[in-house]
Amino acid sequence: MQQLREFISYFEKSALADTIRENDLLFPLIESVHVLSICLVVGSILVVDLRLLGLASIHRPVSRVISAILPVTWSAFAVAVASGSLLFISNATEYLGNGYFVAKIFLICMAGLNMAVFHGISAKDLPRWENDTAPPIPARLAGGLSILLWVSVITCGRWIGFTMPVR
Amino acid sequence: MIDVALSELTKWLAATPLSHTIQTTGWIIPSLQIIHILGVAVVFSSAILVDLRIWRLLQRDEPLPEVARRFLPTIWPVLLILLVTGSLLIVGEPRRSLLNSTFYLKMALLAGAIMLTVGLQRSIASSPNFWGKDRGRQIAGRFAATLSILVWCGILFAGRWIAYTQAG
Repeated sequence: MQQLREFISYFEKSALADTIRENDLLFPLIESVHVLSICLVVGSILVVDLRLLGLASIHRPVSRVISAILPVTWSAFAVAVASGSLLFISNATEYLGNGYFVAKIFLICMAGLNMAVFHGISAKDLPRWENDTAPPIPARLAGGLSILLWVSVITCGRWIGFTMPVR
Repeated sequence: MIDVALSELTKWLAATPLSHTIQTTGWIIPSLQIIHILGVAVVFSSAILVDLRIWRLLQRDEPLPEVARRFLPTIWPVLLILLVTGSLLIVGEPRRSLLNSTFYLKMALLAGAIMLTVGLQRSIASSPNFWGKDRGRQIAGRFAATLSILVWCGILFAGRWIAYTQAG
């Protein structure tokens, strides 16, 4: 834990973090990119989740929906992580002390875990049911859980803005 | 003249009981903003996915009219939710938006995005191969899709920027 703190404090003291802190335009600019990419992450993964729940795109095979959408989700996620990291290092100590920030990171990890479980276990027999309008329970569970988790991520993310001390 | 009228309007709005409730109940504004952002995520992603399909970057195995039918109709009911949550946010903090040029930029961009989306939806409904007939149409389609992506990104940027340009 101590090492992690030192590691993070190294970035927080960097010239880059300084620039983001001091420049009036840089923070809102990076933040806008962050909001935009998160919107695309959540909006696109929702397409997959609703298909798994059998609520939308039901006439397309699940694998087709996944292979079309996930590249968009992952690209947007990469931008969200990059922009989020820049925002984070500008004020790392405060963010780490913010419960909503910690919860948000935890929830993103849970969303990743949910996805891994789906691909690793629930989707093993995907070819058998991928044309079904209503996929089996484990798949529906993965879809429902994913929606719940991402809505919570957005909720925590917005709440960070209301609970961080004004700079 | 307009400035004075707007200033009066914000004062009147801020004095309404609804505004008072929104202002004094701490969780209302964050909650409205969260619903608003979730709605923006749905509308934005729906538009972008169709735009990317016009560029033939994804879902090439599915004809454009099918993709458009799958995503574009979602935009309208969700826009209604955005209108309601957005209006309540204005009632709660009228000065933040109504006296803020970034807000009007956002609304102008939104008008453009709505026109583009309606145009796209109608053209595809009128003739499934509307944007694929010839090379000229393909280029025009890609131009419209690019414009749509830029305008929607502009809306999201302006939306976030309202917080940084609000009147003191």
